[in-house]
Amino acid sequence: MTNPSRAALHSGETTTLNRRKVKNALFSLLALAAIFVSMVTLAGLLIDLVGRGGSSLDVQFLTSSPSRIPAKAGILPALVGTLWVTVLVALITLPIGIGAAIYLEEYAGRGRIARLLKINISNLAGVPSIVYGIFGLAIFVRGLDLGRTAFAASLTLSLLILPVVIISSAEALKAVPPSQREAAYALGATRWQVIRRALLPAAAPGILTGIVLAVARAVGETAPLILIGAVTFVTFVPTNPFEDKYTVLPIQIFNWANRPQEAFLEISAAAILVLIALMLLLNGAAIYLRARLSRGLQW
Amino acid sequence: MSMSKAKPTVRATTQEGARVTAEQVNASAARQESALRFDHVSCSYGKNLVVRDVALEVPRNQVTALIGPSGCGKSTLLRSINRMNDLVPSFRLDGSIYFDGEDISAQGADVIEIRRRVGMVFQKPNPFPKSIFENVAFGPRLLGQSTGLDDLVEESLRRAALWDEVKDKLSEPGLSLSGGQQQRLCIARAIAVRPEVILMDEPCSALDPRSTLQIEELMRVLAKDYTIVIVTHNMQQAARASDQTIFMTMGDDRAGYVVEYAPTSKVFTAPEHQLTADYVSGRFG
Repeated sequence: MTNPSRAALHSGETTTLNRRKVKNALFSLLALAAIFVSMVTLAGLLIDLVGRGGSSLDVQFLTSSPSRIPAKAGILPALVGTLWVTVLVALITLPIGIGAAIYLEEYAGRGRIARLLKINISNLAGVPSIVYGIFGLAIFVRGLDLGRTAFAASLTLSLLILPVVIISSAEALKAVPPSQREAAYALGATRWQVIRRALLPAAAPGILTGIVLAVARAVGETAPLILIGAVTFVTFVPTNPFEDKYTVLPIQIFNWANRPQEAFLEISAAAILVLIALMLLLNGAAIYLRARLSRGLQW
Repeated sequence: MSMSKAKPTVRATTQEGARVTAEQVNASAARQESALRFDHVSCSYGKNLVVRDVALEVPRNQVTALIGPSGCGKSTLLRSINRMNDLVPSFRLDGSIYFDGEDISAQGADVIEIRRRVGMVFQKPNPFPKSIFENVAFGPRLLGQSTGLDDLVEESLRRAALWDEVKDKLSEPGLSLSGGQQQRLCIARAIAVRPEVILMDEPCSALDPRSTLQIEELMRVLAKDYTIVIVTHNMQQAARASDQTIFMTMGDDRAGYVVEYAPTSKVFTAPEHQLTADYVSGRFG
């Protein structure tokens, strides 16, 4: 280095460069720590559950009704109840959620009322689930006199997840590039044709993923169902969703986990494993649908 | 659509229109008849006037290029023909646009039918995320057509000079094609609903030179059957591919207006206005 000032400049640059590199490395470490904390917690939970309930998890457990004797107890009525609720919630939220999202994105415009509607729907997504339980009890169970049925539970849970379904569907519609809309309009499509033939197919992966994830949330809900009268001890398998008395997995788990006997804690852990497996199945279905429907969807 | 009511209007105005076209020394007198007529058209978004008082006629079965610096309102003017600006809530158009003598800018005009008769090709190729076949069949299906689609798709792809490249892979996604092919697919898609006019909004700005040349050649061929209006930033393109050139620029209030409208050869070799001369020679814009 013959030029001293230039050498100084160079060393100054080196210091800044080193500092930037340290920050860079530090941040990736922090991010790694964050993912580590969440994954370790989850793994610990799973290991604990498998350790407690794994041994109780067998065919007999899946095909028996609850019993006072833990060794004979099973989850069949709760499992079937949960399946009823899952199917019904999906069937109810699909048309209403997509319809509301289409209205918000395509018909409501950008005015004050539309904004107010959107903000309120977002707010509804944050209302505690127990509140929906109280509402469901008043309107569906008593008001419409549906009684303590899986149908009333499905309606209540549908209300609970509708805001999430509407918001995610609206986002999916909004994510369709404007060029697609223009392309359809320019060919002489009516507004409904633009929605039906251009927007919905393009937004379908996002919409369906949102619905499946929301349904998965509904399936895991307990609080509102306690209020609207899911029964904890059901020994028959519900053949239709209008039967008086029903139960679902989270309620069954809640009931067993409250018992003092160690054996009931074990089968409640086993029931949790079944519920988690069901969630995995639903989330897997969401991922599959997304991959399947978005094949060839890239712009 | 009834034309009988609108016909007298055409006759009454051809006198005035003839004055304009007389200046445009046009080789083929048979093609003098105009397809589109702008009658003192001004466009605004909210309070912003973006196009001021455009009065001109676009000849049938020719390529008419709209050139001018960015923001001079070329695209707005183009999109007001097929009513695409209706999608912008604050848009307003004063004056009238006549297509075959019929006022297509009127409130009561059938926008859906206008868009069927006036096709559009956009700046960026925008095929649907569907197969090549379904992209072309999209328009006919909108109109309720479900038979004879095979022939219609083939004919449209042939006209768009894409058939030979895609005939063996019609079921593959339209988006798997190259940019130039995608744009020709969009042209085929527009042709499939049998329009009379095709609007092109900078159709080559996202394409490489070779694809650009292909589209330009295609435009020349298509002009035999269609009236083409193209917005372009590429002056060589306007010079190469158009019969008529409309040069627009914007005034001090940023509202665009037409400076010169004449046959392309004249605009590029002997422009009337200094502004046009400066623009086509690349001195501004």
